[in-house]
Amino acid sequence: MALYDGKKIIPGLIIFLGLVSYPIWHNTVSGKTSYVPKLEIPKDKKECIEPKAYIRVNHKELLEDWRFSVVRSGVRTYQASNQKRYTMSLNRTCMECHRDRTKFCDQCHNYMGVTNKCWDCHLYPKEMEKGAK
Amino acid sequence: MFKTKRFWVSNFGFRASNLQGFKIMGLWYSVSAILLLTFLVVIGIEGMGLVSFFTIFIPYAALFLFVVGFLYRVLKWATSPVPFHIPTVSGQQRSLSWIKADNIDSPYTTGGVVKRLALDILLFRPLLKNEKVEMQAPQRLLFKPSVLLWFGAMAFHWSFLVILLRHLRFFLEPVPSTIVILQRVDSIFQGLIPVIYITDIIILVALGYLFVRRIIYPQVRYISLSSDYFVLLLILGIVLSGVLMRLIYKVDLVQVKEWAMAMLRLRPVAPKEVNLLFYIHLFFISLLVAYFPLSKLMHMPGIFLSPTRNLTNTSRNQRHINPWDYPVKTHTYEEYEEEFRDSMKEVGLPIEKG
Ligand code: HEC
Ligand code: HEC
Ligand code: HEC
Ligand code: HEM
Repeated sequence: MALYDGKKIIPGLIIFLGLVSYPIWHNTVSGKTSYVPKLEIPKDKKECIEPKAYIRVNHKELLEDWRFSVVRSGVRTYQASNQKRYTMSLNRTCMECHRDRTKFCDQCHNYMGVTNKCWDCHLYPKEMEKGAK
Repeated sequence: MFKTKRFWVSNFGFRASNLQGFKIMGLWYSVSAILLLTFLVVIGIEGMGLVSFFTIFIPYAALFLFVVGFLYRVLKWATSPVPFHIPTVSGQQRSLSWIKADNIDSPYTTGGVVKRLALDILLFRPLLKNEKVEMQAPQRLLFKPSVLLWFGAMAFHWSFLVILLRHLRFFLEPVPSTIVILQRVDSIFQGLIPVIYITDIIILVALGYLFVRRIIYPQVRYISLSSDYFVLLLILGIVLSGVLMRLIYKVDLVQVKEWAMAMLRLRPVAPKEVNLLFYIHLFFISLLVAYFPLSKLMHMPGIFLSPTRNLTNTSRNQRHINPWDYPVKTHTYEEYEEEFRDSMKEVGLPIEKG
C-alpha cells in the first residue's frame, strides 16, 4: 500500500516517538537512570519524631501545623504519637538531628523537584558551623 | 428559560417517552463500566494481591498498545490518497490582486495553513464560531454566539497539559528547572506550602461542565454515545484519584518515582508505600492510554491529518492531479461520426466532415 505525504507524516511520527520516549533519553544523557536519593540518617539517634512511614509522607503537613501552632497559637510543645514531647521548631528540633540539610532534606527534594523557601529564613546547624569558622 | 416547567420536564427526561428518545442508556453503560473497572482493581489488589500485575504488566502492555496502535492508525490514514484540495474556508479566497485575500481563513500558502492550524490547536478557534439558536417571541429565531464550550475545552486541555508536564517530575532525573518553575507557578495561590494546584481545580470544573453538558442539553445528549461519557468519566476518575492522593490519602512520592525510574530502565519493581488510590490512578491511566488509539481521542494526531484543515485553498490557481487517474476509455464525436457516417447520411442527419 502506498503512503501519501510520507515526507511529512513519517517525520511527524518520529517526533511523536521522540516525545513519548523522552524520559529515557533524558535520564540516559544525565546518566542517572538508577539514581536514588542518599539520605544521611543521624547515627546517634534511633527514631524520628513520628514513625518513618508517617514522617516520610506527612512531614510537610506536620511542619505546617507546627508553624501555625507556634506563630498563631503560641503553643510550642508537640506530643508525638509515642507520647514523647518535642519543641516545635524547624531549626532546633528537626535540624538538631538531621544536621545537614544538603545530605538529607535536599536529597529527596531535588529528586522530586520540590523547592521550599524555608531556608531563606531558617538556619540549620551545619550552616552555622560554617559561619563560625 | 429555566422558569418554565416544560424546560425541566423535557430536559431532564422525567417523561418515559423522552428517556427513550434521548438515548440516555449510553451514560449508564459507561457509569457501570467505570464502576466495574474500579471494582476490578479493588478485587485485584486487595483480594488477590496482584500488585505486580497492576503496576508492571498492565502499564507496560498499555504503553505498548498505545504506541503501536497510534502508529498503526496514523499510517493507515496515510494510505488514503487526498486527490482534491478540500479545505473548509470562511474567508476571501485569493483571486485578483485588488481583492483582499484572507490567508488564515482561506489559506493559500503553507504559512497560512500553519497559522490556521496553530490557531485551531492552541486556541481552539473553530469552537468560537459556535452559535446557539433561540426562539424568541413566536416567530423570531435568534442566533447568539456561544463560547461556553470553547471556554470549557480550553480550560480542560490546557490544564491537562500542565498536569502532564508537572508529572514529568516522576520520570526525569534531574528534574528540569522548567518543570520546577511550572510547579511553583501552578501553586502560586497557596502559602509557603502548596496544597492543591490551580490546574487541579480548573480541570475538575471543566470536566464537570463537559460532562453535565452532555446530559442537560437534549441536542447534545441525543448525539452522545457511551464512548463519549466513558472517556470523560475515565479522566474524571484519574483526576479525582490524583487529587485525593494529594489532599487526603497521601502516598510516598519518592517511592513512586523510584518505581517509575525502574520501569523506565526496564528493571521493574512494584512501588512501596502506596495506597489503593494510586493503583486506581495507574489502572485508569493505563486504560486511557491503551484505549487511546481505538477511541475518538485520536483527534490529537487527527487534527494534523485533516484534509479540510491542512490543505491550501488553491484549487483554482494550481492544477491538482488525481493520483489514481487511469486512461479512461472514450468515444469521441469524431469517432462516432466515423462509425455511423453511412447510416447518418442515409437518414439525412447533418454531418461535419463530408
Ligand atoms: C530525635 C532526632 C530526630 C528528630 C528531632 C527528627 N528526626 Fe527525622 N529521623 C530521625 C531518625 C533517627 C530517622 C531514621 C528513622 C528510621 O530509619 O527508622 C529519621 C527519619 C526521617 C525521615 C525519613 C527518612 C528515610 O530514611 O526515609 C524524614 C523525612 C525525617 N526524618 C524528617 C524529619 C523532620 C521533618 C523532622 C522535624 C519535624 C525530624 N525528622 C525530626 C531522627 C530525628
Ligand atoms: C523521604 C524523602 C524526604 C525527606 C528526607 C525530606 N522530605 Fe520534605 N518533602 C518530600 C516530598 C516528596 C515533598 C513534596 C510533597 C508534595 O509535593 O506533595 C516534600 C515537601 C516538603 C515541604 C513542602 C514544600 C513544598 O513546596 O511542597 C517541606 C517544608 C519539607 N518537605 C520539609 C522538609 C525538611 C525540613 C526536611 C529535612 C528535615 C525534609 N523535608 C526531608 C520528601 C522528603
Ligand atoms: C520569611 C521568612 C520565613 C520563611 C520563608 C519561613 N519561615 Fe518559618 N518562621 C519564620 C519566623 C520569623 C518564625 C517565628 C519564630 C519564632 O517565633 O520562634 C517562624 C517559625 C516557624 C516554625 C515554628 C518555630 C521554629 O522555631 O521553627 C516552624 C515549624 C516553621 N517556621 C516552619 C517553616 C517552614 C516549614 C518553612 C518553609 C516552607 C518556613 N518556616 C519558611 C520565618 C520564616
Ligand atoms: C493521563 C495522565 C495523568 C493525569 C491526567 C493525572 C492527573 C493527576 C492529578 C490531577 C493529580 C492531582 C495532583 C497534581 O495535579 O499533581 C495527580 C496526582 C498524582 N499522580 Fe497523576 N495523572 C496522570 C498520570 C500519572 C502517572 C503516569 C503517574 C505515575 C507515576 C501518576 C502518579 C500520580 C501521583 C503519585 C499523584 C499524587 C501527587 C501528589 O501527591 O502530589 N499520575 N495526577
